[in-house]
Amino acid sequence: MRAEFMMIDDIPVEIQGEKNVLELIRKAGIDLPTFCYYSELSVYGACRLCVVENKWGGIEASCSTIPKAGMEVYTNTPRLRKYRKMILELILANHCRDCTTCEKSGTCKLQELAMRFGIKEVRFENTKKDLPMDTSSCCIVRDETKCILCGDCVRMCDEVQNVGAIDFVHRGSEMRIGTAFHQCMAKSNCVGCGQCAAVCPTGAIVVKNDTASIWKELGDPQAKVVVQIAPAVRVAIDEALGQKNGKNVMGKIVAVLRRMGFNEIFDTSTGADLTVLEETNEFLKRLEKNERLPLFTSCCPAWIKYAENKHPDLLQNISTCRSPMEMFGAVLKEHYKHSNKRVVVVAIMPCTAKKAEAARDEFKVEGTPYVDYVLTTQELIQMVRESGLVFDEMEPEAVDMPFGAPSGAGVIFGVTGGVTEAVIRRVADDKSINMLRTLAFKGVRGMEGVKETSIPFGEQTLHIAVVSGLANAEVLIQQIKSGEKHYDLIEVMACPGGCIGGAGQPFADREQKAKRGQGLYETDRMSSIKRAEENPVILSLYQGLLKGKVHELLHVEYKGKGQKS
Amino acid sequence: MLKMRSDLVNLREIYQKATQMQKVKILICSGTGCIAGGAKEIHQEFLRRMEAQGVNCFVTLEKEPHDKSVGLKQSGCHGFCEMGPLVRIEPWGFLYIKVKPEDCQEIIDKTILKGECIERLAYHKDGKVYQTQEEIPFYKKQTRLVLEHCGHIDATSLEEYLSVGGYKALEKALFDMEEEAIIKEIELSNLRGRGGGGFPAGRKWSQVRRQKEPVKYIVCNGDEGDPGAFMDRSIMEGDPHRMLEGMMIAARACGAQEGYIYVRAEYPLAIERLCKAIAQAHAYGLLGKNILGTGFDFDIHINRGAGAFVCGEGSALTASIEGKRGMPRVKPPRTVEQGLFEKPTVLNNVETFANVPLVILNGAQWYKNIGPENSPGTKAFALTGNIENTGLIEVPMGTSLREVIFDIGGGMRGGAGFKAVQIGGPSGGCLTTKDLDLPLDFDALKKAGAMIGSGGLVVMDENTCMVEVARFFMNFTQNESCGKCVPCREGTKRMLEILERMVEGKGEPEDIEKLLELADTISSTALCGLGKTAAFPVVSTIKNFKEEYEAHILEKRCPAKNCQKLKQITIDPALCKGCSKCSRLCPVDAIHGKVKEPFVIDPNKCIKCGSCISACAFKAIKED
Repeated sequence: MRAEFMMIDDIPVEIQGEKNVLELIRKAGIDLPTFCYYSELSVYGACRLCVVENKWGGIEASCSTIPKAGMEVYTNTPRLRKYRKMILELILANHCRDCTTCEKSGTCKLQELAMRFGIKEVRFENTKKDLPMDTSSCCIVRDETKCILCGDCVRMCDEVQNVGAIDFVHRGSEMRIGTAFHQCMAKSNCVGCGQCAAVCPTGAIVVKNDTASIWKELGDPQAKVVVQIAPAVRVAIDEALGQKNGKNVMGKIVAVLRRMGFNEIFDTSTGADLTVLEETNEFLKRLEKNERLPLFTSCCPAWIKYAENKHPDLLQNISTCRSPMEMFGAVLKEHYKHSNKRVVVVAIMPCTAKKAEAARDEFKVEGTPYVDYVLTTQELIQMVRESGLVFDEMEPEAVDMPFGAPSGAGVIFGVTGGVTEAVIRRVADDKSINMLRTLAFKGVRGMEGVKETSIPFGEQTLHIAVVSGLANAEVLIQQIKSGEKHYDLIEVMACPGGCIGGAGQPFADREQKAKRGQGLYETDRMSSIKRAEENPVILSLYQGLLKGKVHELLHVEYKGKGQKS
Repeated sequence: MLKMRSDLVNLREIYQKATQMQKVKILICSGTGCIAGGAKEIHQEFLRRMEAQGVNCFVTLEKEPHDKSVGLKQSGCHGFCEMGPLVRIEPWGFLYIKVKPEDCQEIIDKTILKGECIERLAYHKDGKVYQTQEEIPFYKKQTRLVLEHCGHIDATSLEEYLSVGGYKALEKALFDMEEEAIIKEIELSNLRGRGGGGFPAGRKWSQVRRQKEPVKYIVCNGDEGDPGAFMDRSIMEGDPHRMLEGMMIAARACGAQEGYIYVRAEYPLAIERLCKAIAQAHAYGLLGKNILGTGFDFDIHINRGAGAFVCGEGSALTASIEGKRGMPRVKPPRTVEQGLFEKPTVLNNVETFANVPLVILNGAQWYKNIGPENSPGTKAFALTGNIENTGLIEVPMGTSLREVIFDIGGGMRGGAGFKAVQIGGPSGGCLTTKDLDLPLDFDALKKAGAMIGSGGLVVMDENTCMVEVARFFMNFTQNESCGKCVPCREGTKRMLEILERMVEGKGEPEDIEKLLELADTISSTALCGLGKTAAFPVVSTIKNFKEEYEAHILEKRCPAKNCQKLKQITIDPALCKGCSKCSRLCPVDAIHGKVKEPFVIDPNKCIKCGSCISACAFKAIKED
């Protein structure tokens, strides 16, 4: 086929299947501004910033124009600059302009564009809405005075997560984003995944910030602050503090945490190794009895919440294993129970829903949670910056004993398909290195939202599905319920790409998420222990601390509609 | 149940005969306006009195009515709403205006029984009495084709529709024409969409027909929302079957199986009559499965809109039917490709569908002879504002504004001078004296910076303040903006803010520039038609009446003496005798003075109610 071109600012640009003119313009190296365009969401076309002028003087939104050969557009004419400035001015006139104290300051798209377009004056009266913040959720904070109604959160919640906790209410200049019946977020059907905050271009939805409490704990001589770091954090934090290459910087994280004053530093992947063993046992038992199948994984708290809200009938199919964070939290509290100091367990997570998970009654003993605080990657970034420590120059250090280094299986928990791969490594009869290599290409790896694989198991074949994004999970559930599909094991992660794409991480596109995934697989490749059951720490735990307490510390029963996030 | 063509033909003949035998008919206008004026009471009164008097009277069309019987019918809108409630009496064609229940007895005695015209109830102007409807200037200059049955048949009866040749076009389309030929005919006729856009209906239909997807929809846009427009309402209320027939023909031509009519819930009568009409069509087998034995299946549903103006926009309308928020979406895909439920959809407005049977029955050539070549056919307009004859009219496209406003509309009410006419509702522009000879058609108006829109004509006399007009329409669009795109949501709000300031005397010199800058941004960048046209009234009033804007801003004066906040009421000390009457009457205690000396009004307290002006015996108090 002959190559087709369209002209962008008089330069021919080849059309290679781009869905819209905006993508082509960006390919041509022009950073056309938008608030409401994300390639993973439907085209909404509301911000009107991506307008381009055609050769007849017509103005079109490039996000919703299909590229055609011979089309000629201009991206930077005097008219377009005038319109863009006016649109920004109109948004700012209706916006809280307390930039310096805003959670999003520095990463706010509106702030950035106002700066880029040199908006120095707003000629209209400031009519920002006087609405209280919604701080009811453990995971996110909503501030409607900063909302520009781009609808990104609404589409994310509906299209990717199939939750629909928020939507537009009212009309015209009265339009707002709201929940059903104007309930606060905590009482809504929000699952806490935080993806709305991830795509929010301004400070209208942000992740709840708990850094102040951590600083306080670190300054308390009576407190022993123990921290665990989730797998996905180590391949994302550097994007904000150093390189954007998705490499594992766990050593630097350990070093920086130690310098900040954390007393004991561990790896949540150790908890993940426990999960592999427990979940595999459970899976094998269910297979043997052929009951409560398919088995759904239970690592993702947003998925648990979703199932509680929409599919309470499926709760019995969800693994009774606690998430790695909660397993490890319980182990840590048990381990330090005789400490003469007040033990505070902090978890650094790529996730906002973990904040709500830590606050669930199921994970408290006499009112005290196993995990006292959950910090997101972004909050840790902020703390590092606040401490003045230059992350890039940290010399890598190792985590503390007695929980030491995890297996590679525990590390890949951070990426979609990782849990599944770890479980397969455990159940597969073939324990050779070749089997491991083949497994990597059996369809469990990659950023696709739905993946399927089957592996031989004794006489039978196990059918396994891996989904990320709750809307993808919903499709699968419907297919299972209708009898169209049959699976034995299903891994569900709420965030597209798994935990590496969690809302607590710095914002990343699909490509960047893939780099993070590669970073974790590389770590796995380099670890001498590939299988959870070969991790000596885990073996000693079963022989020691966990003896007779496996069920109490590592399992949980979700009783239906739990607390709201 | 009509099972085949001959069934329909036979039934039509029966009712045609029946209606011809029934010589005397009382047609009581039962449009929304006349019902509000008491048309239902008049109907009851006629019925009661004729029964008491032993007059053989039928309220429905029977297959064999007694040939001396009197038909008492609730018809659709006669159009002359200013003069309602209206009663037309056939065979003489008398039109009685402003009829009250008390007049019924006299009408029965003199007109029904003796055939005399009661002149006091007839329309009269300038000393001349117009006995028959056809003589009245308001009707004389009209060409009523789409509205031909409105006011002439019972609007709630399929039988009456049959008796005047109803469903003949459907019959022709089903039995005598290939599906492509139907579309060809509509294309040839150059019937253009009456909703405002003027897009050729035939082209739309053929685009839908071409789609590979087997499931297709026909959607009728009855979400008429322009202030002062009621053409579509009158068609739905007055001749619902004609519209259904148009939809059925469209469905046949395009291969659609289902249709939806989207009507505003504020049109309860239209909804009631449409529901009834659909039920009747079902009962006769004109809707449903295997219509007239042709294998053609079609059904029509009614969807009531919640009153959002923006739901008149195609993609917002289909979203609303689907149960989603009524918000326009980006195009492509277009409605003809993926409209309702993401299926190919023909979306036309009420008047367009009502034109279809005419085209099919009489042929494209006949249709093209009406009006100019590029905009053939007729157009219904709703005349409102400071005009003598408000009401619903229908004229050939290309008729001049002058004919519409002065010959049919009777000129300005109270003899005031003509100033402007707002055409096309809040999306249109205003036309002035220099535009009076413009032909009313899609292209000529577009050139003049206005649009024909759905057909609302708001006529304004010299006492109208054009800044206030612009504020009124901006207030409307601002309220009706869906809120999706930034320029429309935020831009209209700012334009309204500026206009509100102006009419309160707080305008600033740079405001006109700011308005035009906002207007340019909104028109160029807004997502949908509502936004793109939202600023038109402002731009066209600035273009034509810039001096009025300047007077408001620079002199804090309203030349039309219309803006309440800019009024100044003063007492002429030379004329004031100091009687203190005004001071005692003033509700806000703004007038003070010593008795027998001139009084003074405190402008800061005065609320410009004007009660002092009317009270002053010496005409000493003036407003300017």
